Amino acid sequence: MAAMLQSFGVSSASVAFSDHSAKLSVRSLPVIRSEARSISCPTNGTRCTRKITTKAVAVENPASAASKPGHELLLFEALREGLEEEMERDPRVCVMGEDVGHYGGSYKVTKGLADKYGDLRVLDTPIAENSFTGMAIGAAMTGLRPIIEGMNMGFLLLAFNQISDNCGMLHYTSGGQFTIPTVIRGPGGVGRQLGAEHSQRLESYFQSIPGIQMVACSTPYNAKGLMKAAIRSENPVVLFEHVLLYNLKERIPDEEYVLSLEEAEMVRPGEHVTILTYSRMRYHVMQAAKTLVNKGFDPEVIDIRSLKPFDLYTIGNSVKKTHRVVIVEECMRTGGIGASLTAAINENFHDYLDAPIVCLSSQDVPTPYAGTLEEWTVVQPAQIVAAVEQLCQ
Amino acid sequence: MACSATPKIVHGPLPTNSLRSAEKSDSSCKFMGPSSFFGSKSLNKKLFSVNKAVSSVGHRSAAVVAVSSDVVKEKKLKSSSSLSNLLITREEGLVLYEDMILGRAFEDMCAQMYYRGKMFGFVHLYNGQEAVSTGFIKLLKKEDCVVSTYRDHVHALSKGVPARQVMSELFGKTTGCCRGQGGSMHMFSKEHNVLGGFAFIGEGIPVATGAAFTSKYKREVFKEDCDEVTLAFFGDGTCNNGQFFECLNMAALWKLPIVFVVENNLWAIGMSHLRSTSDPEIWKKGPAFGMPGVHVDGMDVLKVREVAKEAVGRARRGEGPTLVECETYRFRGHSLADPDELRDPAEKAHYATRDPIAALKKYILENNLASEADLKAIEKKIDEELEEAVEFAEESPVPARSQLLENVFADPKGFGIGPDGRYRCEDPKFTEGTAQV
Repeated sequence: MAAMLQSFGVSSASVAFSDHSAKLSVRSLPVIRSEARSISCPTNGTRCTRKITTKAVAVENPASAASKPGHELLLFEALREGLEEEMERDPRVCVMGEDVGHYGGSYKVTKGLADKYGDLRVLDTPIAENSFTGMAIGAAMTGLRPIIEGMNMGFLLLAFNQISDNCGMLHYTSGGQFTIPTVIRGPGGVGRQLGAEHSQRLESYFQSIPGIQMVACSTPYNAKGLMKAAIRSENPVVLFEHVLLYNLKERIPDEEYVLSLEEAEMVRPGEHVTILTYSRMRYHVMQAAKTLVNKGFDPEVIDIRSLKPFDLYTIGNSVKKTHRVVIVEECMRTGGIGASLTAAINENFHDYLDAPIVCLSSQDVPTPYAGTLEEWTVVQPAQIVAAVEQLCQ
Repeated sequence: MACSATPKIVHGPLPTNSLRSAEKSDSSCKFMGPSSFFGSKSLNKKLFSVNKAVSSVGHRSAAVVAVSSDVVKEKKLKSSSSLSNLLITREEGLVLYEDMILGRAFEDMCAQMYYRGKMFGFVHLYNGQEAVSTGFIKLLKKEDCVVSTYRDHVHALSKGVPARQVMSELFGKTTGCCRGQGGSMHMFSKEHNVLGGFAFIGEGIPVATGAAFTSKYKREVFKEDCDEVTLAFFGDGTCNNGQFFECLNMAALWKLPIVFVVENNLWAIGMSHLRSTSDPEIWKKGPAFGMPGVHVDGMDVLKVREVAKEAVGRARRGEGPTLVECETYRFRGHSLADPDELRDPAEKAHYATRDPIAALKKYILENNLASEADLKAIEKKIDEELEEAVEFAEESPVPARSQLLENVFADPKGFGIGPDGRYRCEDPKFTEGTAQV
């Protein structure tokens, strides 16, 4: 474990500033919650975070590649790896969705699995989201552990009835008799000119549903870990992936690991301001962080990962340290995850804030097709820099 | 053709006075719309239409492509009343009778308790439809699954959930089958495989399809010897809902061991089936998806049982799903809050004469399967059981505050990590139900 931490410290992961050593929560037999929550941060931060990468994608040094532990893969492959490991481990785990079988998934997350496990374990469904989601729930109630894929998360709006009433509430209304260990996953978020309906952020619509957990993955490492954790959880979990992150490359451990569904991820420790983000916005934040560091700021970046429930411990500790919060999200301004997070922080950590929380969200606008307009609907790094500068003056 | 006021009992299955045809008294048909299809003579002749071929869709009065159950054909031909002709044995008859009496008496007790302020909210009673529940569910094994709608008390009872647990649930007590958390519309039992109890119509059908999927999965992936079937009960209103059609498709596509049982009582609250449905013959919609569609007189428990045997048998043998439309009627309003002003009193009177319990009683007595005293003893037993159930429910405690947060998550870590670093569920206030979550 220690050796692994060392090697990650100097990892040249293409994901800039990602610091896995800060939080390595490995669940072997018992769940081990990460003890190494906060790396002691001297004024200049730790060794791994002071590296200023000029390129967005780090170049792998071929000479050192062979000696590095772990293996490199893309985010969608990491999801598949996690999924496959769980299917191998437990024959009750199955996948249902449109084009998950023979087609291998619209983003290739399930590629090859139908050949290996058969058409019943990797089930190609007709286009009937509400019904096949309900079917997965019925299967979960009777002993299976299905993973429902929404070809695009937006399509799951059609399954809102089943997700809210049966996925979320059935455990309660049955007095605890039936569990619904399903995972609902799929790509969402604003892509590249996909149009309004394919660019939705369902996390804001689902967040009020009692009885579900929501997580968002952002790196190959946490994608695999969260996928496995979600599958093993007895609760229904919605795993949000992002259309633009599937081709991120990273080196991940060969050893098996499972992450905690409820914990946030410390991406870059800092002193001046807490920036809370998740999914794709993490990368806009890290890009802004580069600029900020050059300007002399020291932002602490946390990928909240768990959208419901919030990890108020990690977030709280950060707020207590920096006293300033910027939330950067892709949800719309109204009723988004940022809105809930703002409320939660205000409620719990009001005394520690030196300034009002700044929440940067997407415009309350259906995502336009035109590239320029689309760019202006989501938060861009320049806006993040400006917000931090303003907040910290 | 005169309309007989009471069902004529012959040896064998009860005759089809089941048709809501124009041949019946005018008053009951005033509101019914085109009468030709319901009263088609061809339907008259065949009691069981198992439509194995693609149906002649669109021809309402066309001959039904029917394959009558052999058992039934046999019975029809014989005229002597030897015991071997009868559809049920004495034991079976008493079981069926007791189940229907339980269903009826339970629902009547619910009405009483509701008006006395012991149960609240929306309560939907099943009076009049007992033949469907009893006819189907009494054929099932404990491992088979039943999925229902909000009109689920009697389905739960037929499947074996004790009356005291159902009554307690209705009273909102912690001893209820769902700890008082579900209520009238959410009856669940893991032990008896009752998978709900759903408030939105149609949302239970995919759940039933999923339970059937698990059965198939166990056979084909786990290689178990599994022949469990699932029954999905729902009404005529649901048959216009997307989930119904989507599930017919999937069930037929994958040959799932499921029976779709339509309890067509002609009314969805105040919306008549005929006013809301372009083609009201629901059983015909089965063949459109590649499964047999059967129509049966749902006021006759023996007929329902015969059809159910075939449909459940098909599912067990892996031959796939069946759509069974049971023509039935609810004697009370949609719910206890429904003033039930739209339905013609003559229609209600007509169906009252086809009370399934009275019909079975007559059959049992006329065929000497049991005596009047035997049946009275059953009725008394049920009365006592219900008195005991009400007493149990009355005396049971209401849920304590500590129960509030308990079953939101199967794994309460789902409430997350609090500011102090501990999981919320580890907070002592959590078990008191007062924790901030």
